[in-house]
Amino acid sequence: MNNEPRHMRRIVTAWVIASVIGDLLWWFLVGPHIPPGNMTESAHWNQFDFNILAITALPVVFMVWIWMGYALVNWRDKPGVPDPVGGEAAKAPYKVQAAWISITSIVVISAAIYGTIALIGDHGSGGGEGPNPVWAPAGTIAANTAAIQGKATWSPTGDQPLVVQVIAQQWKFNYRYPAFGGMETNRLILPVNTDVVFDVTSLDVIHDFWAYQLSVKADANPGVNNVAFAETRQTGQFMVRCDELCGIWHGAMYNSGRILSKTAFMAWATKTEAQNASNTKYLPPFAWTYTPDANGANGGLYPDGNVTPYSPYDTYGAKQPAS
Amino acid sequence: MIAVGLIIWVLMGLLTPGTPEGVVNYVGSSAPGQPVNLTIQTVGSMGVGDRPTWVSYLARTPQGQWVHDTTWQLPANTLINVTVYQYDSGSPLRNQQYGQVTGTIGNSETVNGKTIHAFNSYDGAGVGHTFTVPALGISVPLLGSPAANLCGVAPCQPKWPHNLIHFSFKTPAKTGEYHWQCFVPCAAGWLYGNGGPMSTQGFMGGFLDVVQQ
Repeated sequence: MNNEPRHMRRIVTAWVIASVIGDLLWWFLVGPHIPPGNMTESAHWNQFDFNILAITALPVVFMVWIWMGYALVNWRDKPGVPDPVGGEAAKAPYKVQAAWISITSIVVISAAIYGTIALIGDHGSGGGEGPNPVWAPAGTIAANTAAIQGKATWSPTGDQPLVVQVIAQQWKFNYRYPAFGGMETNRLILPVNTDVVFDVTSLDVIHDFWAYQLSVKADANPGVNNVAFAETRQTGQFMVRCDELCGIWHGAMYNSGRILSKTAFMAWATKTEAQNASNTKYLPPFAWTYTPDANGANGGLYPDGNVTPYSPYDTYGAKQPAS
Repeated sequence: MIAVGLIIWVLMGLLTPGTPEGVVNYVGSSAPGQPVNLTIQTVGSMGVGDRPTWVSYLARTPQGQWVHDTTWQLPANTLINVTVYQYDSGSPLRNQQYGQVTGTIGNSETVNGKTIHAFNSYDGAGVGHTFTVPALGISVPLLGSPAANLCGVAPCQPKWPHNLIHFSFKTPAKTGEYHWQCFVPCAAGWLYGNGGPMSTQGFMGGFLDVVQQ
């Protein structure tokens, strides 16, 4: 009669219990607090994707730990007991090896398939953004085209996207709102439950616009309009940082932004537009990119109307405004 | 006995730091709660030192001496009255947004007695420099001097052509180091005008070291 306990049954039972409890605890207690949070649709799905990967990985971790712990307790060398090494029991069990390789392969391949689908989906973090977006949320292309034609509008009662231009300069971000007279501001303020189109560019070197709570990260390149999207879904404060080493004050290139209710945003935008009107009239016309004037060390700006490989006129099929 | 004394001396030095080198201390220059006067100047070229061709800011200590330091220790939650002697020329801004005065009392400055809220940098002599503290939302364009014979050796004296600029702001209640810089890429001869003095601590940028008084 074999008195050897059924090790595999014990291990699998402990693993199933630990995995179920671990995954449930992660999903309901830890998951909601995982960055980047829920401030935008993209952020929400980033968080969801991260949590899916976490609850997929946890059982693998538990299997390794439980197996190791069980082996240390039950199969360690004991005084007066023959060395367990050798003989039939020491042979590598073929079924266990096959099961381990199969299960981990399925997990990895599934994660790759899921990650690819999530990445290229319209809520993905790497789906369409760039100088020539391969996808765009409904209405955002029309809104961006209207912006370059000087026809941008936004209303709290409608559902049209809001176009915001992010202008990086050593060492600060400024934000331009074509729907509000082309005003430029120090802080990024957005309305909730709104599709936002970010036109990201730079006036000097390469910067990187990174609002991680919004799940938006886009390089700010001089002469390039880098487009990113976000659908806001929660009010609150978020941080904007430069994520490209851009010079001595790179570490100081950050500021905070807010997502407000639509009516509060409209009130802020209207008030700021009026406050800034005395300066906005001196700004150049809204353009995708700006080129510093070569005249002098400092140089003023003129809108870059040249059609380049990155030109939004090609991207969106919009007509160039009359010069 | 001597060793113990040395240890105590070192510990006391570490525990009670004075104003570090390179920091101009304005704390205590006025009674607590009273406005503090900060007087600075900009000069197109230092004219002296290791980098005589570099543009720079200078500050006047509460004792009246001009020093080449750009980190200024200020009391928290206090009105700061700033006087700027702008001895440099100007040009159009890279981003006209910095032509707007923000974050000061009244969102304004006075330039040679004239109140300004926003300035078209394509007008007149343009803007020479800005005094901008991004974290506090403060930005003040310092209009360029139209004169041809500008001061080229710091510290400049008021006999040289300059713009006299006044503005006030309130330091935050929260202590800390707040980075400030000029947003006119004014480093002539450097790529995009942002190298050299724009990228070296002590010339066109520094910190407001806000502390409790």
